Amino acid sequence: MNTRASLRRSAKPRRPDPTRAARHRCRRGEVNGVTFRTFIVTLSVGHEHLLSYRPCNIKTGAVYLSRQEIMKWNGWGYSDSRFLFNKKGQAEFTGKRYRLSGLILPSLKDWFEGTFGANLQHKSPATPTVNLSAVAPPNLNEPFIEDLKAAGVAASHDPEDRVFRAHGHCLHEIFALREGRIGRVPDMVVWPSCHSDVEKIVELACKHNVCLIPYGGGTSVSSALECPHEETRSIVSLDTSQMNRILWIDEKNLTAHVEAGIIGQDLERQLNEHGYCTGHEPDSMEFSSLGGWVATRASGMKKNIYGNIEDLVVHIKMVTPRGVIEKSCLGPRMSTGPDIHHFILGSEGTLGVVTEVTMKIRPIPEYQKYGSVVFPNFQQGVACLREVARQRCAPASIRLMDNEQFQFGHALKPQVSSIFMSFLDGLKKFYITKFKGFDPHHLCVATLLFEGDRGKVLQHEKQVYDIAAKFGGLAAGEDNGQRGYMLTFVIAYLRDLGMDYYVIGESFETSVPWDRVLDLCRNVKERIVRECKERGVQFPPLSTCRVTQTYDAGACVYFYFAFNYRGLSDPVHVYEQVEHAAREEILANGGSLSHHHGVGKLRKEWMKESVSGVGLGMLKSVKEYVDPQNIFGNRNLL
Amino acid sequence: MASRALYSPRHPMLKKRDDFEDILEERRRSSDLRYALRCYTPTLYRGLVPCKASMLKSIVLQSDHLQYVIKQVSSESGESTEGVSEEASLILDEMAHCLQLSTIRFFAFTLSKAFKRLFRSVCVNEEGIQRLQQAVQEHPVVLLPSHRSYMDFLMMSYLLYTYDLPLPVIAAGMDFMSMKFVGEMLRMSGAFFIRRSFGGDKLYWAVFSEYVKTMLRNGYAPIEFFLEGTRSRTCKSLTPKTGLLNIVMEPFFKGELFDVNLVPVSISYERILEESLYARELLGIPKPKESTSGLLKARRVLSEDYGSMYVYFGHPVSVRSLAEGKINRSQYNLLPRYIPQKPSADTHEFLSDAAFRLVRIQEENMVLKPWVLIATLLLQNPDGLDLSSLAEQTDWLRHLALAFGAFLDWPDHEACSEVVSCSLALHRHLLSVSAGHVQLSVTDVPQVETTPEEAVFHQAVVVLSCASYRNQILHVFLRPALLAMAMQSANSNRKDDVYNGFNFLRKVFSNEFILCPGDSVQDFEEACYLLMKRGVLQVLEHEIVMSASGHSTLAFLSSVLDPFLQGYQVVCRYLCEETNENLTEKEFIPAVRSFALKLILAGRLKCYEALSSDLQKNALAAFLRLKAVRKVKVGDQVTLKVNKVAVNSLEDILGGKIPTQKPILARL
Repeated sequence: MNTRASLRRSAKPRRPDPTRAARHRCRRGEVNGVTFRTFIVTLSVGHEHLLSYRPCNIKTGAVYLSRQEIMKWNGWGYSDSRFLFNKKGQAEFTGKRYRLSGLILPSLKDWFEGTFGANLQHKSPATPTVNLSAVAPPNLNEPFIEDLKAAGVAASHDPEDRVFRAHGHCLHEIFALREGRIGRVPDMVVWPSCHSDVEKIVELACKHNVCLIPYGGGTSVSSALECPHEETRSIVSLDTSQMNRILWIDEKNLTAHVEAGIIGQDLERQLNEHGYCTGHEPDSMEFSSLGGWVATRASGMKKNIYGNIEDLVVHIKMVTPRGVIEKSCLGPRMSTGPDIHHFILGSEGTLGVVTEVTMKIRPIPEYQKYGSVVFPNFQQGVACLREVARQRCAPASIRLMDNEQFQFGHALKPQVSSIFMSFLDGLKKFYITKFKGFDPHHLCVATLLFEGDRGKVLQHEKQVYDIAAKFGGLAAGEDNGQRGYMLTFVIAYLRDLGMDYYVIGESFETSVPWDRVLDLCRNVKERIVRECKERGVQFPPLSTCRVTQTYDAGACVYFYFAFNYRGLSDPVHVYEQVEHAAREEILANGGSLSHHHGVGKLRKEWMKESVSGVGLGMLKSVKEYVDPQNIFGNRNLL
Repeated sequence: MASRALYSPRHPMLKKRDDFEDILEERRRSSDLRYALRCYTPTLYRGLVPCKASMLKSIVLQSDHLQYVIKQVSSESGESTEGVSEEASLILDEMAHCLQLSTIRFFAFTLSKAFKRLFRSVCVNEEGIQRLQQAVQEHPVVLLPSHRSYMDFLMMSYLLYTYDLPLPVIAAGMDFMSMKFVGEMLRMSGAFFIRRSFGGDKLYWAVFSEYVKTMLRNGYAPIEFFLEGTRSRTCKSLTPKTGLLNIVMEPFFKGELFDVNLVPVSISYERILEESLYARELLGIPKPKESTSGLLKARRVLSEDYGSMYVYFGHPVSVRSLAEGKINRSQYNLLPRYIPQKPSADTHEFLSDAAFRLVRIQEENMVLKPWVLIATLLLQNPDGLDLSSLAEQTDWLRHLALAFGAFLDWPDHEACSEVVSCSLALHRHLLSVSAGHVQLSVTDVPQVETTPEEAVFHQAVVVLSCASYRNQILHVFLRPALLAMAMQSANSNRKDDVYNGFNFLRKVFSNEFILCPGDSVQDFEEACYLLMKRGVLQVLEHEIVMSASGHSTLAFLSSVLDPFLQGYQVVCRYLCEETNENLTEKEFIPAVRSFALKLILAGRLKCYEALSSDLQKNALAAFLRLKAVRKVKVGDQVTLKVNKVAVNSLEDILGGKIPTQKPILARL
């Protein structure tokens, strides 16, 4: 409990919370006739996964914490982990969770000031604590609450609980919170602890006509969690975090049956204890939930080996206002009409709550190896990735960063400990730029992750490096590769740092056929630069991309976009206009509306264009049948 | 007239135009040789993919697009792919330029000499050059000069060399190729050659379009071509062609380029080198085939004074912003981009609209000399004018033209009579001045006896030459003139009636003048605005009323277009009277010409411009469009089927409504 106190943002005395007790009471139960030991782990503090930069072995075990107590209320991730510029003006990353934690990043300041024209003297700090008086009083549906109490489901209408579940991580959402602005928030939060709890809640919601918004990990970046302004009914946030158990593991068929509220890193760690993994590692896996993955059609970094979420699920159970939808067997593939899973996958909480999922699992790979390749330019890099995809020999992960992102990655290099190391770095740089003639303003780097048994990994590695060599690629070591992957998960923390100094930004993604990758990347980046200029942004923005996934017929491209907003009266509006323009540009260049972030409310306007009027009509008619009262009224997607 | 509210009238007087610099001044002061050999370091496109002219060829031949078409053609024709590839390669050899700096240097030297002899000055807007310098760095550039003379593209390359801009590659007609040596010289100075017609030839089209696109995508060089397709013999802008425009825009539509900058360039001449050549050509005296010896004979022209020449580089037009909201680029998403796709109806409309707008920009930036005003007045007064009254009327016209936004280069601080006499001096070969009386007339009459037909033609050459100057200012007066005519023909002051008349005339003349399709309301509003501002009209809610002082302006304006009206009526009459059931398209022009000639000889027609084949062609195109005439293909001949009722009624509307002012035609 010491941890708890130290992690609390404010030391204000916590009033007794009856709902919290109730929440923990109903944690033991029977599911499908089998009794399970309940893991009362809402969220673990210590963890160990591929993204952590330093192997941490601190396992404090079960901690009785609700997630908002160890996580930021107005930013990304854990409260104890953040970037800051110390008194010497050096950047450091606080906390102990990541390999980067506690380290000094000497070149970040120069990069930051140089890229954005930002200045450490010009701060734009966030409101330190949530202003609970700004939270509108809840619009409670008393009969619903009565029945809910009778059913024994934990619930709360504590403003802090509600505010925490009123947003995802879109820029406008976080920006507003930092400024202390709070819009429409759910009127209450319920914590079902199992499938049957969800059935009860949905039944009562239908009976009393309240609006339900499922809440998993809260990492949405599509405005999916925003409460619709036009909603007049009582809005109930259905937090699945207590449904976090692995119900069984079937080693014969290599499947696991898991409650959908489980958070990615917990799922992985618990499976690891049994010698298995799912291999599904989206960048948000520290915080996002299994149900969320299903509801948004998530994609994991290592999909080349394990597949995306739609390839990983064998069986899904979802509670809808019409009842429970599920298949009758665990057959690996069926020809039984259109796959009903595909109504669920990507439904974004508009049809019901995913409660349990049967997933494929794999034995933990024997060997893992990072790698990286430097290319003279982005074109060569893309050509190499295309060839790797053509030969279907992509490693578990292969990503190609453009030059800006390469430099960004470099800015995150921690202080080197010895003169020898820095000498070595200088030598490497000399070799690549002078001896090999790579232009430091054009070169780009691909990061690689190989997995499998040792012999095969080494063989595979050679094959990939041989292909790379044909495109002028030079192997650039494991360290660079690993740092590349680190960038993807600290980027969200970096955004918070930027926001402390007038820099706002976000990422967005698309998928596109191979032959259009280069054109799309160039045009979208340029469009961003141009739109910023036209809208009065004073400094050139950071507009950078990487190819993060390869497929047979195309690739997934990920963009980062950030700018210094000093001098703008409504930076968020400018940001949104630019992002909108960038999305239009993506669509005009043959990119998809989204590869894995989903549509939410942010990209809804393009749905018809994306799937045709008939397509949209089909989806609407499903919604109409499943949820005629619009109980799941988050108004995403359609 | 729904879109009226959206239209805000332009303010021609406020239109800001750049100042000019004379580039010959420097040439007259320093060594041409040193100039030709100076260090040339052009500003380059930032996305340039370095590539030699010889490499271009293999890039084009290996392109997915061309490979696709080769396979397609091969499977359709049964010929082997190697054979078709070989054919493609030959087409490319025939087409490709081989731009060499040494040739450009040679031209820089010789043209300096020539220009100094021909022109008093060559004026360039240097701000335009600066804008171009900027544009060249940002995105691939397409140069769209107007086309009035062979000089145009020589001058363009010369200027770009002078200002350290990348040398353009120029789409040229195949006819130059027949000039043995010159053809090759032009090729080495960046010209590439396109056959005049290759309608159905898929392979040719593929080679050609891929060649242009490759150069554009790689930022190899600015692409230069003439929107009008060919030199305008009348000095009126020609209806633009959209084929090449589509080719240069497609890389943007398909996302291969972020943007393309189109730079309209207006090249105007105080006196056109080909002046009388054009007039003869329009009268059916055949154009001498392009030949080197012909060019040498043309050396004679070097001894004459052609006044000044003006080159105005317009603001770069971004294809991206042009297409904003008009082209849905995702229409290209579902087909691999190397598969050729016919432009959709929307795209087609967009291309045509863009082309018209670009030509209008060209028109607006054409420099007009005082002589243009004088020519207009002289044509309206076939019996001549006294010098004093000419000066007075020119001054009046000058103010009218300025009020309508004309880009008039009027010498500062000079008396009007001075300006007029200077202009008359430069164009003395078209005039006779005696005892203070100026008249258009044949000056170098051959001593030998001439037949009456020949006399008519001699006079017609003068009139058409003179008309080519008046035509330069037509775009300024066009809309108000159409309104003036519509008001005269409408029997009421009701705005709707006038608009209907206006719209009708606009339709009839849309092959003759640059009138953007779909802009009729806007044009009408513009005309009303200009005349209202001038105090000629009062435009009320439902009525248009002429002011007391407006008569002379309206009379002037409608007589500006009068030759065209008369010409079209002659064509109508001819079509009604022609009895030949199997009139072929080829026979049409000579037949109309001799018909008009007869009328002139009989004294029943005074309008020599009716003899112009350009007018006759445009009239036919208009009648075809209005479905008064249709083409029927019989064997390999195209015959014209005349709907006499329709033609008759057209003529009635054109002529019948203006009975009082058209005594000649009334008798027809």
